[in-house]
Amino acid sequence: MTGYILRRIAGMVVVMFLVATIVFLISHVIPGDPAAVMLGPAATAADIAALRSRLGLDAPLPVQYVQFMQSVARLRLGESIFLSRSVAQALAERAPLTLQLTVLSAGLATLIGVPIGVLSAVKRGSFLDQALTAFAMAGASLPSFWIGLTLIEFLAVRLHLLPVAGYGPPDATFVERLSYLIMPAIALGIPSSALIMRFTRTSMLDVLQEDYVRTARAKGLAPLTVILKHAFRNARTSVLTVIGLTVAGLLGGAIVTETVFALPGVGNLVVSAVLRRDYPVIQGALLVISGVYVLVNLAIDILYAMLDPRVRY
Amino acid sequence: MSDITVPLPATRTASPAGLLLRRLIRRRLVLISLLILLIVLVAAVGAPWLAPYAPRKMDIAHRLAAPSAAHWFGTDEFGRDVLSRCMYGARLSLTVGFFVVLASLTCGTVIGVVSGYLRQFDGVLMRVTDALMAFPDILLAIALMAALGASLTDVVIALGTVYTPRVARVARGAVLVLRELQFIEAAEALGASSRRVILVHLLPNLLSPLLVQGTFVFAFSILTEAALSFLGAGVPPTSPTWGNMIAQAQEYMQDADWLILAPGLCIVLTVLSLQAVGDGLRDALDPRLRRLT
Repeated sequence: MTGYILRRIAGMVVVMFLVATIVFLISHVIPGDPAAVMLGPAATAADIAALRSRLGLDAPLPVQYVQFMQSVARLRLGESIFLSRSVAQALAERAPLTLQLTVLSAGLATLIGVPIGVLSAVKRGSFLDQALTAFAMAGASLPSFWIGLTLIEFLAVRLHLLPVAGYGPPDATFVERLSYLIMPAIALGIPSSALIMRFTRTSMLDVLQEDYVRTARAKGLAPLTVILKHAFRNARTSVLTVIGLTVAGLLGGAIVTETVFALPGVGNLVVSAVLRRDYPVIQGALLVISGVYVLVNLAIDILYAMLDPRVRY
Repeated sequence: MSDITVPLPATRTASPAGLLLRRLIRRRLVLISLLILLIVLVAAVGAPWLAPYAPRKMDIAHRLAAPSAAHWFGTDEFGRDVLSRCMYGARLSLTVGFFVVLASLTCGTVIGVVSGYLRQFDGVLMRVTDALMAFPDILLAIALMAALGASLTDVVIALGTVYTPRVARVARGAVLVLRELQFIEAAEALGASSRRVILVHLLPNLLSPLLVQGTFVFAFSILTEAALSFLGAGVPPTSPTWGNMIAQAQEYMQDADWLILAPGLCIVLTVLSLQAVGDGLRDALDPRLRRLT
């Protein structure tokens, strides 16, 4: 087990090394001069040259690459161009909100997706199954920003049930804050719940066909016991994997959802950084978000190995 | 026992494509989806002739008009016809989807075959695809857009980069299964060159998984393009897209909900239909799944 975990961590380091390289390539090799973009069309050649040398952009590319990788390895993400603070600071200020939103959405997506998936598999071929499958397919086709706007229109503007957008006054309590996160979490969670539902259904269908499930039924066990204790126990490992995968979707979706609901999270930071060409912030956000994704999947892999004794280390 | 009718083998030999199409149409959902996609395609291709108004023609006297006989989907804050703008939006969405599928299928298949069959740079290529897939779709796309620019080509390059690793994974997986099968072994034993094995034996068998994957890539790239446009990181807002129509409608949606409903429904119906066709294709092509579902 320890060997397996160490090997997974080594693999993760390799992937993160390549992630950092891709981030470097995106901001340095692809045509377009960050200095010129940042200063806008009115900048003189001298201004651009000065900024280039300040940012170290006039050094040869391999030198820049080594410098970049060194600072990433030391977890130094540089200074934001527009925010008058370090990228790490800007990300740290906004991370808690995005984390809450992602966890809330993932929880919601799991709570909706897994039971519906199990139900759909158990009632395979019935009208209920078809209706639920259709719902899941529709859920996966809805853009989260559109769900968000529709929710705002109906729940907030027309019915006044929830606050329209934002994150409340600075002194708002945790519970008050939570009311600002309900609609964003629904908007973000629905597409993922559809994915989880479909995956749960497929893995449950696979398991329900196994001989041992038939044996359990033949023994006269209650149908619910067979489904939950025998079938779902074996389906849950693959369900766990898909929940891990949806984290990527949720982190990406948060970018859009936070914009819709004017939530001051990491996603909002990324969008404004992209629109202003704040390259250090874009780089930092890319590294941190993909790092979180890689870590979550590492954790899932380890959990998977612990839950399922059939996994070979 | 003479009255038992024995199913006769089909006398007419159907082409594989014809068989597949018939199998697809037999499912009602797939048939409806194909019809919706056909309508979207006709609306997109025929927009310059079929659209009732020019997409940028303003008519301030009739701004924010509710859907009516003159304006089926109503008008926006400048009095522009929403239906016509949706039709031009379809042009952009379908163009992006088509070229992203083309690019990611081509690059993904090459990577998958090199990695899975030739086993060259397999480790490196797969770690790079892992790294690319560690970025959420929209994040990678939006970062690439920041670096590239804002043209239609840039959107295609950005989304192509996002979806190529996913296709490469599928292609490699399929190649790894195929290369162990006897007909590949036989071809190799007969002295067929790698090139011949790839072109004559591997690629035709990769067609069905790639076709299914291509349909999903089409659907995802329409969704991601809409998100990019919505965030203002897609093509310039001068050309109407489903995403930027929704973004612009935000201010007016209290008085004119059709402004977000119409482009939203366009996205949902198109993406839903593509996913249903993808599912149908997968079921029709995979006998194991057909039995299960």
